[in-house]
Amino acid sequence: MIPRHLGIAVSVLLVAVFAMSLYAWHMRGRAAATPVPATDTRPVVAPIAGATERVTLFVADDELGMLRGQSAQIPLPGVRQQRAEEVLRALIAVYLDKSSPHPLPPGSEIRSVYLVDPGLAVIDVNAAMADGHRSGVLVEELTVASLIETLSANVPGILKVKILVEGNQRETLAGHADLADFFDISAVNLLATQMQSNQ
Amino acid sequence: MLSMSNIAGFETFKNSVRSFGHRSAKNSVIGGRTWRRSAFIIFLLFAALLPAAPADKHLSIYSTAANYSLPIVQRQGHDYVGLLEVLDPLGSVSAKLEGTRWRIHYNNILGEFTADKTRALVQGRDADLPAKFLIEDGRGLVPVGSLSSLLPRFLGGPATLHEESDRLFIGNVATHFTASVARDDASQLVFHFSGPVNPSIASEPGKLQMTFTHDPVAAPASPTLTFGSKTIRSATYSESNGAAEITVAASTPLFVSFSSDGRTITLSPAKSQSAAAVASNSNPPQKPVQSSSGPQSATAASSASSPSTFSAPRRYFAVVDASHGGTDRGEALSPTLAEKDVTLAFAHLLRQELESRGIATLILRDSDANLSLDDRASFANTTHAAIYVALHATSTGHGVRLYTAMLPYEDSEDHGPFRPWGTAQLSSIPISQVTAANLAESLRKIEIPVRTLTAPLRPLNNVVIAAVAVEVAPPASDVSALTSPDYQQLIAGALANGIFAMRGQLGGAP
Repeated sequence: MIPRHLGIAVSVLLVAVFAMSLYAWHMRGRAAATPVPATDTRPVVAPIAGATERVTLFVADDELGMLRGQSAQIPLPGVRQQRAEEVLRALIAVYLDKSSPHPLPPGSEIRSVYLVDPGLAVIDVNAAMADGHRSGVLVEELTVASLIETLSANVPGILKVKILVEGNQRETLAGHADLADFFDISAVNLLATQMQSNQ
Repeated sequence: MLSMSNIAGFETFKNSVRSFGHRSAKNSVIGGRTWRRSAFIIFLLFAALLPAAPADKHLSIYSTAANYSLPIVQRQGHDYVGLLEVLDPLGSVSAKLEGTRWRIHYNNILGEFTADKTRALVQGRDADLPAKFLIEDGRGLVPVGSLSSLLPRFLGGPATLHEESDRLFIGNVATHFTASVARDDASQLVFHFSGPVNPSIASEPGKLQMTFTHDPVAAPASPTLTFGSKTIRSATYSESNGAAEITVAASTPLFVSFSSDGRTITLSPAKSQSAAAVASNSNPPQKPVQSSSGPQSATAASSASSPSTFSAPRRYFAVVDASHGGTDRGEALSPTLAEKDVTLAFAHLLRQELESRGIATLILRDSDANLSLDDRASFANTTHAAIYVALHATSTGHGVRLYTAMLPYEDSEDHGPFRPWGTAQLSSIPISQVTAANLAESLRKIEIPVRTLTAPLRPLNNVVIAAVAVEVAPPASDVSALTSPDYQQLIAGALANGIFAMRGQLGGAP
């Protein structure tokens, strides 16, 4: 003879199992009806290990046709090459903002910066930045001068700069600014000085 | 229309009819003559219905040395022309055939071609042809389409090919024209040409055609020009088979008169007197034309003379470069407006302004053609001009920007007497900057906002003479103002004034 309290306990457990099964079946149906989000293929940016430092970004302004020095606080790693990349990424972030005075195409990125002694820096930008860049002498020159001047202001010792697109040499940025040659830092410094006044 | 080929066919046909008649005579002597008459009548009907044989194709070549025309032959679906014949009137040329290799010497430049190959060597550099090189009876035939890239290698200057109309312009020889209603008589239309012209003229009811076979007349900015005249409504420019044609739509018969040594053509209504009567009384430079049911030629006697005219090579003071061109459209200023078109129109205006101040000017790109940056610099350097001006247009900002070269990084390596191509501008940077400052001053005088900057903008750094790039932005936010004749004229005039003021410092006689 099964004790009465045991029978009640088993019955309660059976009802609970039945209810849980119903709930699980219901949840499965809802999960199937929910669309699966597209896979985000963007690489996860490694967390930057380093103290936050004040840097100077030379930001272009299309309306005035000028370059303006602008301070920013960004975490900077200790390795020189990574510092160069982070400074330029901070600059690109300014340009990708909706209120940017010099908008760059969506998806513009700095792929890498290579520092080769003595004094050579190679900036490798992605195709989205070059392919979607607006065409024009001044508008292209502002982008080039802004990248190089920002790099040279924050990473000392650079004498010449080469700009690549997706790792390859390109004739011009968007039909005007010459990317085939090495930029002379002293010439770009002079240009940046000219560009800090709108005369 | 009965053409020569149809007449030749007639002779053959008559002979076959004759022999057929002889064969028929064996069967029926009476029916022979009847057959021949019938066949002859049938032939005449047939000949009348046959379309005229297609006209022979010709390539018209215009240069400072000579204007001439060469026959085009069709081979393997492509148009070909003899390269030796093209170069012969332009300088000292000789050719030699060695097996399948054909060598041509033009002055000191060697070109090597191989039969049935699409790659040639000119001055040791590869040159790709759009179709195979052919040798026929010792003659070297090149595709007509290759001339625009081959000739600059031989001649050291630009060659612009209008491939669809078989017209080739070597150097800055194009004759430009304007057409406007006469100020003192609204019924008259006046054409002003930048050089003497001698067209053949024909008329049909409602229109008058001027055909320029031996004159390097070039297209105006718009192919159709309209006038607010009831008598003369419009003029349309077209090109085909080595000739340019201006067709004037008019409601009455027109008289044509020439003045200013053939630089001005005036069209006026025939009014009451008979055109034919005027024709017999007219002065030699006047070309009366009467309306008729079919085209009627009134070609001047001089146009039937030798097609070649000779003049000394021209020395240029300024080289104007309409940036971009061909497949390189430059900035898309609007959905329908490309930078290359604005720079070309602006280049024509600037040349006009410079020439009106007595400054001989060469336009590097005179049509919608591809021209590499290296070629632009080479042409600018070899003309030995005093100043190079590259023209750009933009939708961003306002006013005008003037750029001088920002030289690339140069290593300290000793190049001896040679200068690296990338820094060829080095010794001319001071004069380029002075010129840019002068042009800026000239623009400020007419209250155009202007900036002067250096720029990594080729080919400025490859040019050895004073070199300035001009980027024109709209006066306000409206991009279409870039094409406004008034705005372009204002800027072109100011730039021409600035260059004119600098001519003493730039050196050389305009």
